[in-house]
Amino acid sequence: MNELVFFINNVIVAGSVSGSIYAIGAIGVTLIFSIMRFAHFAHADMMTFGTFMVLLLTLAFPGVGAVVGLPTPIVMLPLAIVLTALLAVGIDKTFYKPLRAHGVKPIVMVIASLGVTLMLQGLIRLFSGTGAQNLYLAGERKEIYRLEMPFELASRPVIVTEPQIILFVLTIVCVVGLHLFLNRTRLGKAMRAMSDNPDLARASGINTNHIVAVTWVIAGGLAAIAGTLLALDVTFKPDLSFFLLLPIFAAAIVGGVGHPYGAIAGGFVVGFAETLAVFNWAVLLRPFRDSLPEWLAQAGNLAFVGTEYKIVVPFFILVAILVWRPTGIFKGKVI
Amino acid sequence: MNTQHTERRDDVVAAPSRFPLREVILFGALLAMILGVYAMMGSAYSTRMLVEAACYAILALGLTIQWGYAGQFNAGVMGFVALGSFATMFFSVPVNEAFWVTELPGELGLALLYVTAAVLIVYGATKLDRIGVPKRLRTLIAIVLAVALYLTVISVLREVTGEIESRAGFIGGLGLPAWSGWIVGGALAGVIGYFIGHICLGLRSDYLAIATLGIAEIIKAFLKNSDWLTRGTATVSPLPWPTPGPSELGFTLARALYLSLTAVMIAAIFFLLHRAYHAPWGRMIRAIRDNEISAAAMGKDINKRRLEIFVLGCILMGIGGGALASFNSIFDPNGFLPLNHTFLVLVMVILGGPGNNLGTIFGAVAVYIIWLMSEPLALFLMHGAAALSEGWFGWEPPGNLDSRALQARVFVIGLLITLVLRFAPQGLLPEKVKHHG
Repeated sequence: MNELVFFINNVIVAGSVSGSIYAIGAIGVTLIFSIMRFAHFAHADMMTFGTFMVLLLTLAFPGVGAVVGLPTPIVMLPLAIVLTALLAVGIDKTFYKPLRAHGVKPIVMVIASLGVTLMLQGLIRLFSGTGAQNLYLAGERKEIYRLEMPFELASRPVIVTEPQIILFVLTIVCVVGLHLFLNRTRLGKAMRAMSDNPDLARASGINTNHIVAVTWVIAGGLAAIAGTLLALDVTFKPDLSFFLLLPIFAAAIVGGVGHPYGAIAGGFVVGFAETLAVFNWAVLLRPFRDSLPEWLAQAGNLAFVGTEYKIVVPFFILVAILVWRPTGIFKGKVI
Repeated sequence: MNTQHTERRDDVVAAPSRFPLREVILFGALLAMILGVYAMMGSAYSTRMLVEAACYAILALGLTIQWGYAGQFNAGVMGFVALGSFATMFFSVPVNEAFWVTELPGELGLALLYVTAAVLIVYGATKLDRIGVPKRLRTLIAIVLAVALYLTVISVLREVTGEIESRAGFIGGLGLPAWSGWIVGGALAGVIGYFIGHICLGLRSDYLAIATLGIAEIIKAFLKNSDWLTRGTATVSPLPWPTPGPSELGFTLARALYLSLTAVMIAAIFFLLHRAYHAPWGRMIRAIRDNEISAAAMGKDINKRRLEIFVLGCILMGIGGGALASFNSIFDPNGFLPLNHTFLVLVMVILGGPGNNLGTIFGAVAVYIIWLMSEPLALFLMHGAAALSEGWFGWEPPGNLDSRALQARVFVIGLLITLVLRFAPQGLLPEKVKHHG
């Protein structure tokens, strides 16, 4: 049974963690796409920016967490969300809005967002350096929960850490909150209307500039959450940008571009696909070693790809979905 | 009405007899810049800079036909450069005797034969519906076969490559002249470009950008981790030059020879592109870029033309990458950076003038000179700022100031991209649109 526990630790838990992070990131990408009709390449660096703000705030007020009873980075997260949302709106006002006003092609917006991504990268690395940093300061400790399995044969526990639990809780909160926002509020309905048909939305009296700003606030806030939770789970790395971008885009496209619920599903598809692909399946065969044919029992490494080729997985998913079903599993609107 | 019409045409039509004032001024400034660098940095350094700028000009020409002629945005120039470099390394590095005297080549050949057989079997399985197998069953069979064969083949391959790494280091090269590597590198980049383009070019242009960004990182990851093929992070050097090397002629003369070789290549590419641009084929490409629907209504095969131009651009990038690797005389998978090999090229193209080959070459040389010169400048500014903050506020400057100064250049490149798109979307030397009739 230990093999099963190993499987749960390495696939179920790890897959849900990366799946949640990709899902939160992909929601932002897909919202931007449905309102402004371009693939926003600066999203991963907005995530990094949010995380960096959390890091700075944590360094500035290290004692707050102990007072509230949560890790300090989590306490600082709301502030970072506000800052990242402000940054997102500011970037839109300075760089994207003039281009939109000129009526450029969407691909020019894509290139502009690549320019923005480089600027953010440069600024963040200028101030933070290029090395990895831990969000947990020296005084704080990652809580680790070991869940003993109720089987006799399983001697090893299922391991879940505190940031992972916070991540799951926050993901659910985000998803439910987004659902209520899009379906129950006036603003959310206006957003959906604009994503369906911008001209009709404008004609029926919706202030499209306002909607664009709201979209950036939501996308920026979600980016800050996703980045911080990723950094809590591992460490803060300023050079993750392009390695995060591909899974997030793959998630958004798998779910159907412009489809927030699809993005959530796509995030989990990509997250689980990654962990399943790097998992060594030979481990699961080990208990049945005696009843298997020789050549199968001898196989030492049955992982599909090595961990160094993890980035191949989202790319492969992306290509497969573009070939077979470019609209995504939930039929995105725009191709 | 009629007079208004001709009036408007006067400034749109590029009159052939017009004196090219803008070109002369810009290239004059460029020449002054080059001469200034020669005066300050010495001829060996400056010639090296020019050779590298020339290699970048080939890359930029590849991107300008994709972005300028056809409006396709390739965000993965780095990947195609890496492929070209790899092919050049593989073809031009001397033969590794330690590998060829053992039985390892046979085993590797056998493993590659397995790969081919597996690919053929899976391909055959996807065609099973032709002989009456239901489609769902066919898909199931194909997927199961693919997974099983993949796992088998990959474990065989892992064994052989591990053996090669431990016994011979890497498989070495073929010992052929460098130019053969350049050609094969171009072909290799073209093949990968064909597959990417085949998948993405029928869809929105955003998807092409995402996919090329991804394939570039994958190619880099592959070259970095396949120690048996490329020695990975241990790097391969020296790569032989196609022209006499510095040990025979001295630095300046050898580099000048190399420069003339790349200049001939650029001239040939320039001439061919110029002819293609003004040929019916080029007109068709521009018609598709400017109005896809009307081009389709004229009966043009849009996806096929797009694929042609994308593959052509990728081939040029592969060749340019090969030339760059040969000149640097080192194959280092870690040296391929999105900033240096993708975004720098992008800045060259959009600043110089997308769709205008002369403007692209101007952009390549000018941006590369600024890029090189900005390194000491960034360091100087950073040290100055550090000294100021220490003196005025008593702040301790961080230790890794030099690596951070390089990050300032990332910011500048990003800023430049957004500014050019905003204020000079046509570039410094805009594409001249000719109106016929």
